[in-house]
Amino acid sequence: MAQAIRKKPLSKTVNAAVSARIVAQDHFRTLRLGTPFQPRIDALAKTQDWYNWAGYRAPNSLWNEELEYFAIRSQAAVFDISPMTKYRIEGPDAEAFLDRVTLRDVAKLRPGRVHYTAWCDDEGFVLDDGTLFRLSPTRFRLCSQERHLPWLLDSAIGFDVSVAEETEAVAGLALQGPTSFAVLRDAGFAGVEKLKIFDLADLPHDGGTVGISRTGFTGDLGYELFVPADRALSLWDRLMTAGQLRGIRAIGYTALNRARLEAGLIVANADFTTAEHAIRADRLRLPDEIGLGFMIDLQKGHFNGRRAILEARAKRKLRHVLVGLEIDGNIPAEHAIVYHKKSQEVGLVSAAMWSPMAKRNIAIASLARPYGDTMVEDLWVEIYAMRELQHQKLMKRAKVVARPFIKLDRRTANPPADF
Amino acid sequence: MARQIGLCHAKFRAFGNRSRKNEERVAREDWAKMKAWDAIIIGGGHNGLVNACYLQRAGLDVLVIEKNDWVGGAATSRELTPGFLYSNCSYVCSLFRPEIMRDLELPRFGLQVISYEGGAVFTRDGDYLANYRDHDAHRREFARFSKRDAEAYDRYARDVTRQCRFIQPLLMRTAPDPTSLRPRDLGELLYLGKKFAGLSAPEMALTLRFWTMSISEFLDEYFETDVIKANFALSGIIGTALGPMSPGTAYVLLHHYMGEVDGSVGAWGYARGGMGAVTKALAASFKASGGTIRTGAEVDHVLVGRGKAKGVVLAGGEEIFGKLVVSNADVKRTFLKLVEEKELPDVFLRRVRNFKIRGSSGKVNIALDSLPEFPALPKDSPVYRGDMHFTDSMERMERAYDDWKAGRWSADPFLDMVIPTTLDPTMAPPGKHFMSCFVQYAPPRIAGAEWTDADRDGFAESVISQIAEYSPGFRDRIVHMEVRTPREIEAEVGLTEGNIFQGELTFDQLLFNRPVPGYAQYRSPVGGLYMCGSSTHPGGGVMGAPGRNAAAEILRDLAKSTSHMSAAHDVI
Repeated sequence: MAQAIRKKPLSKTVNAAVSARIVAQDHFRTLRLGTPFQPRIDALAKTQDWYNWAGYRAPNSLWNEELEYFAIRSQAAVFDISPMTKYRIEGPDAEAFLDRVTLRDVAKLRPGRVHYTAWCDDEGFVLDDGTLFRLSPTRFRLCSQERHLPWLLDSAIGFDVSVAEETEAVAGLALQGPTSFAVLRDAGFAGVEKLKIFDLADLPHDGGTVGISRTGFTGDLGYELFVPADRALSLWDRLMTAGQLRGIRAIGYTALNRARLEAGLIVANADFTTAEHAIRADRLRLPDEIGLGFMIDLQKGHFNGRRAILEARAKRKLRHVLVGLEIDGNIPAEHAIVYHKKSQEVGLVSAAMWSPMAKRNIAIASLARPYGDTMVEDLWVEIYAMRELQHQKLMKRAKVVARPFIKLDRRTANPPADF
Repeated sequence: MARQIGLCHAKFRAFGNRSRKNEERVAREDWAKMKAWDAIIIGGGHNGLVNACYLQRAGLDVLVIEKNDWVGGAATSRELTPGFLYSNCSYVCSLFRPEIMRDLELPRFGLQVISYEGGAVFTRDGDYLANYRDHDAHRREFARFSKRDAEAYDRYARDVTRQCRFIQPLLMRTAPDPTSLRPRDLGELLYLGKKFAGLSAPEMALTLRFWTMSISEFLDEYFETDVIKANFALSGIIGTALGPMSPGTAYVLLHHYMGEVDGSVGAWGYARGGMGAVTKALAASFKASGGTIRTGAEVDHVLVGRGKAKGVVLAGGEEIFGKLVVSNADVKRTFLKLVEEKELPDVFLRRVRNFKIRGSSGKVNIALDSLPEFPALPKDSPVYRGDMHFTDSMERMERAYDDWKAGRWSADPFLDMVIPTTLDPTMAPPGKHFMSCFVQYAPPRIAGAEWTDADRDGFAESVISQIAEYSPGFRDRIVHMEVRTPREIEAEVGLTEGNIFQGELTFDQLLFNRPVPGYAQYRSPVGGLYMCGSSTHPGGGVMGAPGRNAAAEILRDLAKSTSHMSAAHDVI
């Protein structure tokens, strides 16, 4: 016993770092965190229909998933995007670093602009897609579905740049729909009318600023707002007050997911499997295989995966293609198998719906080349529609069509309209 | 006795045909006096019982002979003090193949495996690093120590899972003999080759690295934080006389990850009623199919005539005859103690002698009158229901191994500590607890000499004092304690040097090299003598695969159907 006391491991002077660490222990009691907007969302959550978004308690719906969709297309919908992974990338070499990591030419991304991009591992397989915000000449924010800190830090070796994860510190809101501009203007965000699509500005809010960009995930007129977590609630209240006469509604993911599908946008780990999560090696995807080939800029210098992508293109080793499909009838073909000549299996639908805006039965599918690429005739999907405990098996013709499935002029109109 | 048999054998051979007839006549007379079993299994451990079950269900008349008064080998639950059931050797379950549970109807005979929650490493600064079942909680917990490492976990999990998926289908297949041209071996080699060729170039590289690297180097590829590395490294050293910095330990980690609890791959659980529930269910299944178990009977040696096993001789001299003999004992015990040396080829013998089966661990099993408290751990932490550890750095782990090399038990040992009674109400009275501490390192001999009782007590004290450092008042909760050094494990369980895997799981002793090149298909140089213990492919842990695979080979030799044996579940 005497020996045990002498060897006592608990150090007497617990330093600040250790006590901060110990304070953080109790996270195990809350497996699904609330976002900074949670008090407001909880108050509106009539359906209590939650899902787990990266460890956060996020709503599938708040009052009615179908009506929430129409709020996006007719009024202004507020969707909490705080759980999205966010990295702050800063330093004299930030541009060069991001040029090296991502597919697009970051030199072309001016301060105050946003672009949709993707990044690959050394074999050219897509690690994730996301949006890159250029906040200043030397400061960026990268938003993504999955987490990439080790990849970013390892890639930063040799660059004068710092990379910090700021998911919890920064709250995010998407404000989408025809009246979204009017809401922001009525809320007093002077200058927001100058924002063209993919523009970004810091505007005053609650003694600080809010970063507002004309971006979104709906294919509609819309904005995304980023604010320090401690000013999240005042931002919410400001929007809701201003939006009262503009039909503003908070929505859940199901409605947003419909809007994004109409816009032809893909979701990581829903429409493709990200490289760091693909356990089966044949699930890995090159950018060209998931419709992101347009991002690749071969004029810029070296970027991660460049060599592999070039080789795959040269040797015609691209095995898959991601396409938009228009399917006969009105039954959604979610996760249906795609056939050639009704017999040969050539791919899988990853997302599907009846589009209220296009009045067409649409889908996103991954096909094995050459199907969907050079062979686009005679494609079919086999839909198993469960109706009162019976599968109604349908074989429906599918046509490869361009994405987005809908194009709304109000999305890009300048100046933005009131509705 | 063994020597006499050997001499007899030599004499018969010298007399040629006439003598062989004599021998046959003698044997016939013996068989007339006594029943000749279709198969005799030496040892009622889990693999012996699995093997026996499959053979019995194939229509053979099978006898299991067990030296202890109970079956179970290293998978037992023993009431060592009233009211407390001790999983006093193996203590957690994950590797046991679900195909076997199903084939042998083990749930019907009482087997239930309960997945447990995770665990923790206590750190010396008064904190701990927990492993939570919830993916996001797991990440947030790691982020308390390193945001980078928290986000590195997915890639680590992906790579380890990929490797497990490569290995898993090999568990329930006989390893091919690479020197053989038999269609079956060629087929199996082709299967291995195809599986390997199916890997991408980076995966192939990773596979070879995984099989040969140290766990320390492997973890360096993913993580930067010492305690996080120590947290994972423990799976690379358990049961192995190697340190985390020794090459080969990365594979040992894989071995601990390729199990499952009902489809939850890599999960570990408690067998309800202790690990004896596994063998109790096996024994009940075996008896229900007509099998016979004889306990309290120690086999002295295998009866061999003309290079063929004919039965066994018990310690008391009783002879029991069988058409074939299967040894559940480890390869050293089987061929260095139970079979006359001259029955065995020189090279085989030398390789058996050199087979690495070094003692490296011990057990301290404790009955507690209340749940211990760990001030570092919140009272409502799920960690109490998981595995707990105190080795928070790679260096401490390696230093613990240094003691082993010097022939000492580790002054600062590595503990894998669980309290199964937090989830299993059957093992102790309400409010009381059974605690199992797996302890590493414990050498087979202390500075070249046999373990003494004083050594054993000193070993136990190193464990208790370590726990008490983190749990004040721990000593006062102890009702009863069982301490098992390699000496006790060898003497009581029968595992050479107390090695829990019946031979280390290093790449030189795996697949077609386990236990001995040329004898990896459960057969031995002695006709009719088979091996079915963890010394054979795919190795140790309470997996049952060696016992099952050996049964498949035996039935093949007997030209009997194996239709009652499920193939390995598909890995899709």
